[in-house]
Formats: sequence, C-alpha cells, structure tokens
Amino acid sequence: MRPASYVALLLGGMLFGFGLAWSGMVKPEIVLSFLRFEDFGLLLVLASATGTTFFTYRFLPKLLKKPVLEPSFGAHHQGPLGNTIKGAALFGIGWGLCGVCPGPAIAGLGTGNWPLIFSVIGLFAGAWAQGWWASRSAH
Amino acid sequence: MDSLFPLGVFQYIAGGICIGLAVSLIFMFTGIVAGMSSFFSSTLSWFSKLPFFQEARWVSTRGWRATLAAGLILGAALFYFGFGGQQNWVTQVTWWQLLIGGFIGGFGARLSGGCTSGHGICGMASLQLPSLAAVLTFMTTAILTANLIVNVGGK
Repeated sequence: MRPASYVALLLGGMLFGFGLAWSGMVKPEIVLSFLRFEDFGLLLVLASATGTTFFTYRFLPKLLKKPVLEPSFGAHHQGPLGNTIKGAALFGIGWGLCGVCPGPAIAGLGTGNWPLIFSVIGLFAGAWAQGWWASRSAH
Repeated sequence: MDSLFPLGVFQYIAGGICIGLAVSLIFMFTGIVAGMSSFFSSTLSWFSKLPFFQEARWVSTRGWRATLAAGLILGAALFYFGFGGQQNWVTQVTWWQLLIGGFIGGFGARLSGGCTSGHGICGMASLQLPSLAAVLTFMTTAILTANLIVNVGGK
C-alpha cells in the first residue's frame, strides 16, 4: 500500500473514532440502555452510519473507476454461513455482557475510559482463542 | 419520543453520520471495506507463532489495521478534549463483565467474520444477507444477555 493510504486510514479512523465518541457508543452504559429498551439511540447510530455507507458503496464505484490511492475496490468477504451465525450468536453474548464492541472498545481508550482496557485484553484473548481453535479443527 | 430517546436524538444521528462518512472516505481513497474486529487477529500476528496468525491475510494487513485503530483512539480523544469535558466517561460496568464479554465477543466476532462494523455497517450497506442474519442474531443474544446479567450482580 502507498504511504498516502496510511494517512487516509489514520484520518478516516479519526473521523470514525470521533463519531463513536460523539454518538456515545464508547460508553457501555448507553449500549446497555439500548439492549434493555431504555434508549433506542443505538438504532439511529446504526441507521445513519449504514445509510451513509450504503450510498457510497452503491454509487462510488460507478463514479470512480478505482479508489483514489489504490488499484481496486474491496468487498466484505463472508465465510461459511454456519460460522457467521454461530459466531454472531457468541459475539452478541459478549456484547451484551460488556456493552462495547471492538471499535468502541479501542476508541473509548481515547476518552480516558480506562476500564475498557479489560475489554481490549478480552478481545485479544478471544481472537487468539479463535485462531487456536481454527488451527486445531483444520488438522 | 422522549421515552424512546431520553437523551435526545441529535448526537446519535450526527455521530452515526460521522462513522458512515469515515467508512465512505476510507473506501473512496483506499478501496478498503473496514471492519474493526480483524485488528485483533492481525495484531496478534506480531506476537503469535501459530500458523493461523502467520497467514498473509493477517500479516499483510496488520500495518494498516493498526493505523486505523490508532486513528480511532486519536479521533475519540479529539472529541473528548474538544467537547467532552462535562461528561463522565469512565464506565461503571464491572471489570469481569468487560473482560469476559470481550473474550466471548472477540472469539465470536472472528468466528463470524465480522462485528457491528463489518457485518452491521459494511455488510448491511452492501446488502449482504448473511450480514443481515448476523446482525439479527447478535442483537437477539445481546438483548437476552444484557437483561439476564442484571439478575446475577452485573451492571
């Protein structure tokens, strides 16, 4: 990748983190209040983020032959459907326990929400366990 | 409306649009469809000798995934120092919930091939049905868990 692409990712990541902080998604309490039907704001975050992205993913590849800095547009790759669903069920249990998903767990550290380091450690351990488990079941 | 959104709606919509624009700009400049949970696997490729983590999909993407994650922290810090002074940012959720929830969520997201950003935003925005199924599944188990946990001493 070109050096300029790293700059684009850093700046894009900053806007991403700014939005996660502004929307309150870096606060587990706000996510948990959605999951307990006390505040439906999370649905507005998901809808406005997905809605904005929908238009870019749909129309940008028609306007530009290729990304500004790189040779081709990528896509979100899906694995086997069974794993997608089983993994999502587990992911939801974890999310409902701690109130942060991977993006906010990382971004939240920037707001001084230091206990989120426990979730970041947990996420690393869980990702490692998944790699170990996948290695075992492959042999 | 007040009972559905006791804290108002503006920050949710504005923050969500920022997130959508961020994903859009990353796609426009680099073509990358950015999910966040892969960052944990790709970063482990620096530390783990397991063949799984030495696959090209992790080793060749770990640099930009770490750059993106650094951006997330900086951007949230920018909001915190610019606009966040009056709020309480430190969570009261118990440490064991954060740790165990992170572990189960990390395992699940990587088994599923995406989390709230990969499946939720990127997958649904590109109208992928497996991602929609994933979102409905994790919303259901998350709602059940969050409501059950208060009965066993959770926050």
